[in-house]
Amino acid sequence: MFSPYYLGREHGKVYLASIILLERENYLEALDIPLLKGGLAPMIEIRFHGRGGQGAVTAANILAMAAFREDKDVQAFPYFGVERRGAPVTAFTKIDDKPVRIKSQIYEPDYVVVLDSSLLKAVDVDMGLKPGGVVLINIDKKPEEIKDVAGKIATVDATKIAVKHGLGSKEAPIVNTAILGAFAGATGIVKIESIVDSILESAPAKRKENAEAAKEAYESVQVGGE
Amino acid sequence: MLAKKVITGNYASSYGAKLARVQVIAAYPITPQTSVVEKIADFVADGEMETQYVKVESEHSAMAACITASQTGARTFTATSAHGLTLMHEMLIWASGARTPVVMTNVNRAMAPPWSVWADHLDSVAQRDTGWIQYYCESVQEVLDTIITAYKVSEDREVLLPALLTLDAFYLSHTYETVDMPDQDKVDEFLPPFDPPYKLDVDDPHLFGSLSFPHQFYMEWRYQIKEAMGRARDKILQVDKEYEKIFGRSHGGLLDLYRCDDAEVVLVAAGTMASTIREVVDQYRNQGYKIGLARLRVFRPFPAQEMRELAKKVDVIGVLDRSYSFGYGGAFFAETGGSLYNIPEKPVLKNYVVGIGGRDVTPKTVEGIFNNAISLQEKGLDKEIEWIELKEGGK
Amino acid sequence: MFEGYKDLPEVPMTWDTTEVNKTGGWRTVKPVLDPEKCNKCYICWKFCPEVAIIVDDEQKEVPVIDYVHCKGCAICAEECPKKAIIMVSESIED
Repeated sequence: MFSPYYLGREHGKVYLASIILLERENYLEALDIPLLKGGLAPMIEIRFHGRGGQGAVTAANILAMAAFREDKDVQAFPYFGVERRGAPVTAFTKIDDKPVRIKSQIYEPDYVVVLDSSLLKAVDVDMGLKPGGVVLINIDKKPEEIKDVAGKIATVDATKIAVKHGLGSKEAPIVNTAILGAFAGATGIVKIESIVDSILESAPAKRKENAEAAKEAYESVQVGGE
Repeated sequence: MLAKKVITGNYASSYGAKLARVQVIAAYPITPQTSVVEKIADFVADGEMETQYVKVESEHSAMAACITASQTGARTFTATSAHGLTLMHEMLIWASGARTPVVMTNVNRAMAPPWSVWADHLDSVAQRDTGWIQYYCESVQEVLDTIITAYKVSEDREVLLPALLTLDAFYLSHTYETVDMPDQDKVDEFLPPFDPPYKLDVDDPHLFGSLSFPHQFYMEWRYQIKEAMGRARDKILQVDKEYEKIFGRSHGGLLDLYRCDDAEVVLVAAGTMASTIREVVDQYRNQGYKIGLARLRVFRPFPAQEMRELAKKVDVIGVLDRSYSFGYGGAFFAETGGSLYNIPEKPVLKNYVVGIGGRDVTPKTVEGIFNNAISLQEKGLDKEIEWIELKEGGK
Repeated sequence: MFEGYKDLPEVPMTWDTTEVNKTGGWRTVKPVLDPEKCNKCYICWKFCPEVAIIVDDEQKEVPVIDYVHCKGCAICAEECPKKAIIMVSESIED
């Protein structure tokens, strides 16, 4: 019988069962794929971690749209439990030069985006991160100050930027557009113009404010060393 | 003029219904289908769609409303999932019995208990006896195209059967992919307005669906449905070709074969896992293995003829089921086996049960299955039915 | 009219309407309306579940009972405010 805290004991951390997207043994095995190593289609995989209501799913979708504008093939989808504000949510974006046919979750992301820094205590956000991968975190700290997270760290205070542009409140800021701007700045995978255009096309409200937040975050994101 | 968009599988259903100029929609919300009808409600509110939207109190009522609307000559559409689909079971049988060509999107979701919102095929597989045509989609583009072609097939006087179109929960329903949006004018040309041979009409009244004694025509009316399903088989292939000519896309007819021409080992699968399998087939082919994928695109009518053609050429067929018929085996496996019983040379046939309750079917999972299937070529059948990546636990 | 699956219509249906079903044969008592007592309120017509009471288009005449279809449920007799309808046993009227 699946125990909600099974993984918590494995990692020494407490996990929220509903968002655990893969068992530890599953991803360890996934790393060892003899026949497919070096043969799998080169694809960029980005995993988003957020809480319900912050726009993690929308962020994944807007990133897909931005890459689509640059003539890439894309796929984006969420993985969450029964919807509720505040519950941890995971979303995936896949970008490639040819149609993305693999329709399963991302186990080895190239990039990870964390919309809510409180998740760092609750979730192994760097699980499966490829060597050389980047973790972008919405936090009011410098990359050097982040411990216990693998990979190259990038930080941006997306909350401050979002609140400044009137997107949500301090307790419930809508940080997804800001963090996407920071993502463009930290990784260079998509151009900031593509992000901005996608935001202007799809934001249900405050299009200009969302676009400005993305641009400001693009400028202010900080990227650390290995 | 092709317009490209990035949309989810659910929205593809909504756009499909819009392009098909659906006239009546009666639906009840359920995760993960809700966004289908929400998007349609947006279209109606914005004046982009001339549809009568009937709010109902349950899925059973939704289907009842769709059936009767269809009987007045309206093109109808609805969407549901898992518990909603099984709740309307009684009405599903009514819809096919009454020969109403309703088209419905079903998001394949696991049945409770235990509670789950993730992908599983039991809900639609359990409806296989209801007389509905069943399509299993693997991509957002396919969902969009299939809604349009489904109406063309179902409304044909030779068919007049309702159609179910399925999407895997989250892996397709909520997945954003690029689609080519067909042009409305071209769709109008391809899909004429619905014109049933008999309908509820106060100026030309008839009596629909009333008593039929054993010596009367109940058996014959059921026989007509059997014949109609047979014609649906050919109609689906024909419409598929027609659609390809006009819109440039085909989704493989009944049994969508991928690299099966010289294959020795073939996997049969439906839904999004088939999409993942294509990738793995390519990798194995690069290594020199002769393998292929036969995607079960249409489960009803079952492509027995195509399956027999395939079986003549291959050594091993592994049938993947994302559901299980307790007391026997996976439904796709059972029907594949049944269709092959009478051919003289049969391949090794094995059932792989995967992805139950939404368990992810990863490239690694597929690789394990292929490795096993390939080994059966030399060693013969090891175990008829195997549940994949099952957690054993215990001592 | 039809003989088998080859000539049956595609939809399970009866060509005619419910009128061909002479449900009058089901009753054991029948309603008889007294035109002297009737005030033409047409309540009996509104209540009849079988649509077996006929009212003329101008709504001037006393309602007429359709004995071909009347099943003898006695709702009209029960609802008539003037007690203008009485139920009479079928067997007597032979």
